[in-house]
Amino acid sequence: MPPTALIAEDEPLLAQALQAELAQAWPELQVLATVGDGRRAVDEALRLKPQVLFFDIRMPGQDGLAAAAELADAWPAHEAPMPQLVFVTAYDEYAARAFEAQALDYVLKPVQPQRLQRTVARLRQALAPGTAPAGDALDAALAQWRRLLSAAGGAPSGGASAAPLKVIAASDAGGTTVRMVPIEEVLYFEAADKYVRVLTADREHLIRTPLKQLLPQLDPTAFWQVHRAVVVRAGAVESVRRDDAGKMHLRLRGRPDEKIPVSRLYAHLFRAM
Amino acid sequence: MSSLPPSPVRRPPGAAALYTLRHYLYVVALCCVVAVFTTMMKPGRSYGSQLVYSLCIGTICWGVIEFGRYLVDPKHCHNSPDGGHGWPKGWRGLLLTAIGIVVAFYGGNWLAYTLVGSSTPLDPQDGARDSAMGLYVTIAAGAIGSFFFYTRGRAAAMAAKIAAAERDASEAQLKLLETQLEPHMLFNTLANLRALIAVDPPRAIAMLDRLNSYLRATLNGSRATQHPLAQEFDRLADYLELMQVRMGERLRYTLALPDELREVPVPPLLLQPLVENAIRHGLEPQVAGGEIRVSARRVPHAEGEQLMLEVADTGAGLPAGGLPERHDGPSGFGVQQVRERLHTLHGDRARLEMAGLPGGGTRATILFPL
Repeated sequence: MPPTALIAEDEPLLAQALQAELAQAWPELQVLATVGDGRRAVDEALRLKPQVLFFDIRMPGQDGLAAAAELADAWPAHEAPMPQLVFVTAYDEYAARAFEAQALDYVLKPVQPQRLQRTVARLRQALAPGTAPAGDALDAALAQWRRLLSAAGGAPSGGASAAPLKVIAASDAGGTTVRMVPIEEVLYFEAADKYVRVLTADREHLIRTPLKQLLPQLDPTAFWQVHRAVVVRAGAVESVRRDDAGKMHLRLRGRPDEKIPVSRLYAHLFRAM
Repeated sequence: MSSLPPSPVRRPPGAAALYTLRHYLYVVALCCVVAVFTTMMKPGRSYGSQLVYSLCIGTICWGVIEFGRYLVDPKHCHNSPDGGHGWPKGWRGLLLTAIGIVVAFYGGNWLAYTLVGSSTPLDPQDGARDSAMGLYVTIAAGAIGSFFFYTRGRAAAMAAKIAAAERDASEAQLKLLETQLEPHMLFNTLANLRALIAVDPPRAIAMLDRLNSYLRATLNGSRATQHPLAQEFDRLADYLELMQVRMGERLRYTLALPDELREVPVPPLLLQPLVENAIRHGLEPQVAGGEIRVSARRVPHAEGEQLMLEVADTGAGLPAGGLPERHDGPSGFGVQQVRERLHTLHGDRARLEMAGLPGGGTRATILFPL
């Protein structure tokens, strides 16, 4: 069976050019569809179940990062192996900086044939049958996605920042008072629209700093990202449960009534010892 | 007057002492001249003793004023070009000078007397008249000296302010250039161009020409102060055409410029940041894209006719609660620098308004006198 791919790229000429370059570099690859926005990228990927995804980062609808994060949770892993993810990006300040120069799961636009050759070589190797047992393959694919998303998302992966935040300056619901919230009181952060909600045991505050800028300022041993939109205090996690549909949720001490979703990308954090 | 704070001038340690010493040397020179003058006024006096008197009075006067100004709250002082404490403003400066002169007259005379004795040993009866004369001379010399330092300081402060304003202007220009030559836009355009060369060479050439004139306008635009509105619209057409190659059918645009307004002078690339915002924040996030309409027209106004320039899009619209509060992003900077350029040219008679449109989309309106 020939390898299959999906291209998500909003600029028609660039999508066409990538397809042409791929035809040269990987003649047997079958491009199942080309889509122009992040929502259709998710829908078509779920429908066609390709083996490789080429995602542009800046796309209308939702960007490539959000599309990939959504897909990671929605992917029916029992039906088809997780696809290999490749980001295709023009000069994007944070992406270009964050990706290691040698990483082969991103390609810079305009696509250079030699560079694409190397990425294709890596993809062929990853798709070769028998490289890993099924369960490990899923873990390996999730690890690849996680690494890629955190690199492109701008947060340095794993590395603690020089001076972790001690207090969060948050405005109250009315927006007239600024409350200083000691970081020890924060149970979790949740991104919501234009704000990030800061939740303590008995209160809720709003801040404007996006989660991805906040994350590098948090102590990575104390706070874990468990979802694209949620960062929790690891020590406050009381239990993690998987429901019948296979989705994971966690409960926090101090906020017992809330079920917090755990993305499949971060499920490895809660594997039983 | 500009409200810019004066630029902090970094100087090596000891420079302040050097400045003070230089001030004192000016004072010594003035004292020598005054001594020549007082010696000539009455024959029989020795230049040596007059010089001692003059130096004693001058030194005390200088000392009181030079160091006395540090007792005045800095907020009542001019900004010193040497950094820090300058000449006290208004009556405080005059009062300090007066105190300096009075203290110097009595203190200096006493000091000189204890050093070299009376200045007029031959004619002690003239004491009272000499004393009055000495006071006049002290007042005159003190006033001349203070005025000299005051004007000198003011000129230097002005020069520092001008230098700071020039530096701020070039910084703003640089930042403007950076937003116009946004790397993402540039590299994506080049990627498209590369793709076009293979599939449609004539269109690739046309795109390259557009890119050429866009880059030229951007680089020149930060220098020239005005160009005709027709040229402004041509540059917008270059930019929109480049974006259309990239976005395809997701970008539709119209440029409406009445012939009679073609020659109206406008600051170069004034509208560019507004069109860029319309694409970036209006059209790009939408899957279906949208339409941009740029238009110019005359509108009547109480103080004569005004030019109205409008950039309207059918995009995502303004976020609830108006414009984003942050001003660090390129969008915030774009709108802000359009405002600043308008203000520089027309003061309060120019306006830029951003409004969300019913049914989605945003409209930016610029108004200024024709």
